[in-house]
Amino acid sequence: MALPIYTTPGQRVWHYCYMAFCVFVLFFLVAPLVAVIPLSFTSSPFLNFTPEMLALDPDAFSIRWYKSLFGMCADVEDVASTMCHNKWMTGAGRSLYYAVISTVLATFLGTLAALGLSNEHMPAKRAIMALMISPLIVPLIITAAGMAFFFAKINLSNTDAGIILAYTILGMPFVVITVTSTLVGFDRSLMRAGANLGGTPTYNFFKIQMPLIAPGMISGALFAFITAFDEIVIILFIGGPQQHTLPRQMWSGIRQEISPTILAAATILVLFSVLLLTTLELLRRRSERLRGITPH
Amino acid sequence: MSNNDHLVRFVDIQKSYDGESLVVKNLNLDVAKGEFLTMLGPSGSGKTTCLMMLAGFEPATHGEIYLNEQPINKVPPHKRGIGMVFQNYALFPHMTVAENLAFPLEVRHMDKSEREQRVNRALDMVQLGAFGDRRPAQLSGGQAQRVAVARSLVFDPDLVLMDEPLGALDKNLREQMQYEIKHIHENLGLTVVYVTHDQSEALTMSNRIAVFDDGIIQQCAPPEVLYEEPENAFCANFIGENNRFLGEVKEDNGDTVKVEIENHATVVAKKVNVGGVGDRSTLSLRPERVTVNPEPGSVPNIFSGLAEELIYLGDHIRTRFTVLGHDDFIVKIPNSAVHAHLKEGDTVNIGWNAEDCRALDPSD
Repeated sequence: MALPIYTTPGQRVWHYCYMAFCVFVLFFLVAPLVAVIPLSFTSSPFLNFTPEMLALDPDAFSIRWYKSLFGMCADVEDVASTMCHNKWMTGAGRSLYYAVISTVLATFLGTLAALGLSNEHMPAKRAIMALMISPLIVPLIITAAGMAFFFAKINLSNTDAGIILAYTILGMPFVVITVTSTLVGFDRSLMRAGANLGGTPTYNFFKIQMPLIAPGMISGALFAFITAFDEIVIILFIGGPQQHTLPRQMWSGIRQEISPTILAAATILVLFSVLLLTTLELLRRRSERLRGITPH
Repeated sequence: MSNNDHLVRFVDIQKSYDGESLVVKNLNLDVAKGEFLTMLGPSGSGKTTCLMMLAGFEPATHGEIYLNEQPINKVPPHKRGIGMVFQNYALFPHMTVAENLAFPLEVRHMDKSEREQRVNRALDMVQLGAFGDRRPAQLSGGQAQRVAVARSLVFDPDLVLMDEPLGALDKNLREQMQYEIKHIHENLGLTVVYVTHDQSEALTMSNRIAVFDDGIIQQCAPPEVLYEEPENAFCANFIGENNRFLGEVKEDNGDTVKVEIENHATVVAKKVNVGGVGDRSTLSLRPERVTVNPEPGSVPNIFSGLAEELIYLGDHIRTRFTVLGHDDFIVKIPNSAVHAHLKEGDTVNIGWNAEDCRALDPSD
């Protein structure tokens, strides 16, 4: 980006300061994630870089923490062996289970809500919208505490149904927001054209509207999924011993005994997120291309 | 014409969006089979609302619409079987052109070979046979317009509605599409209800034009009648150009009236839409019906005019005169040697027949 010829020295200095600032912001965003990855391959049971690692000694690296993570304990014989049980895998399974079901529910309900809220004859639109997105605004700890009391009363504490319900509520605002914003650009006359050509309202929704608002639904679903997958506060408040999710395992792992297994888990989660984001972004671009919009 | 020839009938239709003001006031209109009827009017005149009620997208507040003698107020849009071309085309952007056209056929559970056959036939009709695999975003405005027309016809509806379909096109393309749509209408024997605010479009294409203003049909007549014999000041003003004088009726002679305008000159005019002596009236006179230097006594209205401005337009010279105190009196002088000598600032006699000067209601 070349500066225009009329730039004054002051503006020049400001411009370079600004660029440096941006680089710092990006660095602080990415550095913790990047640091985790080599550290997860350490052969020592401590969470720091050993001098051998910095010297790139091959013996300083191992995949023992990954084996521990995946429950392969045969050659793990030291202190970490107490961490070596299937809690990581079952935790990941739990998290996936809650995240998938709550994402499906949140996407379904959130899309319906967005469709209703985008109807011009809908009364009390703003109030309902504010209510729907309140889980995003209210501090999570308050939502969690409220749910803990409420769910205890209606026997939903310590149940899978309770967790799924809570995660659906957390994920729905994302879907409502993304689908609502997609609907702003949606040409209503397309639905009229569909009706005019003989399609029933339901048929038209699936044939015309849904394919066109799919990018919004996908983005919303992605946010909902990630929210549910790495949620820790609510699970601590309303989850029982049976609801042992991956974040919960990491949480108890880091409190009970600091083991690089956590780093291995974190690395896999980072890779998983990158993969998920990339796939969905590609999907979203594809569907935007189908709408005849080129992504910028 | 008996009722059986009517495809569409609006009976006492009223429409209000807010429950207070009427957008359409007591509309009665019949559309004959095979007719090309245009609803023409300024924006907010209620013409599009009428079309939306016919398509089923807006319910009528009062009255009944009949299609093929069947009341259709309670029939949802997807069961009406009416074709429609939308203002912005409303092509489905995620489908190819062929898929767009196949949509109404799929809904009707037509089998694949028949579907393809009809889609191809419709595309050929609008000269887009090779465009079936394109997406709407890859089409030019004119092509998208043709696809929209083809889609509205592909399922063989008896009635096709068009809501300002040419508004987004440039002038040349618009004129070309006017002829194409007109030819399709004639070849297929369709009934078309067409909405536009463009009077030349209406004059070019229609069998009959319903002029809307303020939720009321001001006049519904074939183009030539509407132009030659407007029934009120609104129509005279909205269709084509006209010179207007406002005055008071001084003498009523049955077929003609004498109207005194502001500066006490008296004009003889044809009595069309005016009460008796003492009523106010708008006189309407087409610019091409005015003669420059008429033979004395050949026409009843002869006044002197000062030529203010001459614009050379090839086939005619558009001249602005000051006549009877109005400085916006337009005369279209045919380009013939006779009048070639007229210059700006000249004072000449201009005149017109009583027959061509229509005494109408005193609008605004």
